Amino acid sequence: MQQSPETTEHSPDWQQQVFDILKSFDVKHVVYVPDAGHAEAIRMSEQDAGVISVALTTEEEGIGYLAGAWLGGERGALLMQSSGVGNCINMLALQSSTKFPLLMLVTMRGEWAEFNSWQNPMGQAAEKALKLMGVLTWRAESAEDVKPLIEGAATMAFDGDCACAVLLGQRLIGQKEWLK
Amino acid sequence: MSRPDALDRRKVVARLLHNRKELMVVSGLGSATYDVMSVGDDELNFYLWGAMGSAAMIGFGLAMAQPGRPVLVLTGDGEMMMGLGALATIGTRQPTNLTIAVLDNEHYGETGMQPGHTGSGVKLEEIASACGFGWVGEIRDMAGVGELQTRIHEARTACFSTIKINTDEVPRVLAPRDGVYVKNRFRARLGFNSL
Repeated sequence: MQQSPETTEHSPDWQQQVFDILKSFDVKHVVYVPDAGHAEAIRMSEQDAGVISVALTTEEEGIGYLAGAWLGGERGALLMQSSGVGNCINMLALQSSTKFPLLMLVTMRGEWAEFNSWQNPMGQAAEKALKLMGVLTWRAESAEDVKPLIEGAATMAFDGDCACAVLLGQRLIGQKEWLK
Repeated sequence: MSRPDALDRRKVVARLLHNRKELMVVSGLGSATYDVMSVGDDELNFYLWGAMGSAAMIGFGLAMAQPGRPVLVLTGDGEMMMGLGALATIGTRQPTNLTIAVLDNEHYGETGMQPGHTGSGVKLEEIASACGFGWVGEIRDMAGVGELQTRIHEARTACFSTIKINTDEVPRVLAPRDGVYVKNRFRARLGFNSL
């Protein structure tokens, strides 16, 4: 079936769910380095008057920000692409040493049908690197995984003071179109 | 080495924290943490012992979550230099209750006094100004420190200041290193539960 241009531009349902799930966990701060896979959650965060959204220059800034917001009594989430995981490594010591809830949503590159091989090194290492630093990880490979995995990760972050990352797989996000 | 007229870091920090009321303080790892502790332990101090480059962002997140209270980030020039992007990020929101004060001795004091970037002419306050901070300054005397202390509590605009200090070695005053304890008592003071 041929999709109308309007439908093609529309983001998939799971992308729209992400923001609603964060809201249902009383997330007040959405901090991010943009990625196409997070575009809908970022757009909805920017439009919601009850959410403070902050664009970061680099992903590790988000770890400091969310530690500060938690000190001040509020919950947040950090959105990034897999290449950003590498930028976070030393800063994850802040979570290990203080045990504040850290929820990270990571859109994957370099793991399936990747056109740009420069994405592969960090994409392949992202989950292992997170685990090495003590972050709990889950992988969503299909749309029906997204809601239960983010809800489960948010529960363990906010009810258990854990660092939790949900990796949103490249097959879920879809192949990047390079030719117009 | 530093100029002979540069300020004593402990006098600077004691002045900034004088009559602090409900001021919330984030201290960058190393000497800034010892300086804050030297004035006296406080439940509203969040001491860093690592995570270099994060002090400004922690203060930013705190300021955004608690817009009705002033936040002071006290850190060193090397720690600030490691997280320069934070100044651009803060510039996009400019919380009026946030002040960043950089104790600038132009050296990496903890590791053997290697020369830092500010000693070669890098102007942190000019970077902050270009990022949109509403007030910036380079302070070289105690009168300026006193004025900054007033600005912290007025909370009229996001403030950034370098404070030129000397390289004299001062005794270490060790703050608690148990980050969970420091976090939980900070939150408890604001009325938030731990697990």
